[in-house]
Amino acid sequence: MKRLILGVALAALAPMAAMAGPAEDVQQYREFFMRKFPGVQMQEFSNGAYAIDADARANWEQIEEFPPYEVDIDEGKKLFETPFANGKTYSSCFPNGGIGIATDYPRWDRDRGEVETLALAVNRCREKNGEQPLGYNKGPIAKVLAYMAYTSRGKPTNVVVPADDPRALEAYEDGKKFYFTRRGQLNFACSTCHFDNSGQMIRSERLSPALGHTSHWPVYRAKWGEIGTLHRRFGGCNKQVRAKPFAPQSEEYRNLEYFLTHMSNGISANGPGARK
Amino acid sequence: MNKKTAVVLLVACTGLAPLTASAEANPLIEKGRDIAFDRSKGNCLACHAMEKGESPGTIGPPLMMMDTRYPDKERLRAQIWDSTRFNPNTAMPPFGRHAILSEQEIDAVVAYVSSL
Repeated sequence: MKRLILGVALAALAPMAAMAGPAEDVQQYREFFMRKFPGVQMQEFSNGAYAIDADARANWEQIEEFPPYEVDIDEGKKLFETPFANGKTYSSCFPNGGIGIATDYPRWDRDRGEVETLALAVNRCREKNGEQPLGYNKGPIAKVLAYMAYTSRGKPTNVVVPADDPRALEAYEDGKKFYFTRRGQLNFACSTCHFDNSGQMIRSERLSPALGHTSHWPVYRAKWGEIGTLHRRFGGCNKQVRAKPFAPQSEEYRNLEYFLTHMSNGISANGPGARK
Repeated sequence: MNKKTAVVLLVACTGLAPLTASAEANPLIEKGRDIAFDRSKGNCLACHAMEKGESPGTIGPPLMMMDTRYPDKERLRAQIWDSTRFNPNTAMPPFGRHAILSEQEIDAVVAYVSSL
């Protein structure tokens, strides 16, 4: 019966969402999850499954006492502050010297007419300064991003889809479509698990709600045994449903990140994070 | 043990034994159970509670009394083959339509699930 009601609720959502813009979407998604998990405060959704699973949370809080990503923040800071061969640093490429700005990403790049993620901006900064770009899944880029996320902790997610550039809305809608489209041999959309069935158990794992999903990246994942990026996780999710993953920082994943992060507008950043 | 108790026990045992034995000895049902429990095959436990299955998921309903819920095995087979036909919002993978399992494997799973 619960599933039936949810199905009806989602069916009712769909036509409205088609007419509404990104701001209305955020309102609807928020309400959907607040209704689904009564008593969970909006900011709590930044903690993923730990917002709704007391046992898993206790375990996670213990891990957070000695965060496994701490060393990555330190190394990321060092990388961030070490000058390139030309003497400049990352800070020369970003507003406010790159400090406390992660929550403004991904941003709409009007000149190029595409979504710019923070990871992409980091590599563009390197190339502009004559350095080789970094691999996008793990390693140094994840550490630089970890430091930049750390300096942005507590700031509200603030992704803007400019109303005066229809290409931005198109990119947002493209990401949204990706999110709700079934793919892979197992025929799952992102939303199958993280909207409709969030809170349920898949085998012994609690399915986390989509709201807040982007607040805590990059993440030290126990499964990886290291820190990795959001697009690495996207690729892993696609593989799990037996779909061909897209390349990290592909247009598909950047648009997906644009939509997904926008959904969490107003939720405070708490990256980097630790997850199973 | 008095004589009466012994008789009652004997009757109870003989009454139960053939049922259990038939499930255990039916190779198709056994094959179906292996496929259902295998994470790279049916992985039914990801979503459904099933007898003797450890740490089942909660996305789908528990698989029990299946003979009563699906008296028509063809209907059950169709559900497993492509459940989106009956509920477009279902999370259940279309095991036949997407060739996740072979037709023979689906037959075995149907035999096993019907026995639950």
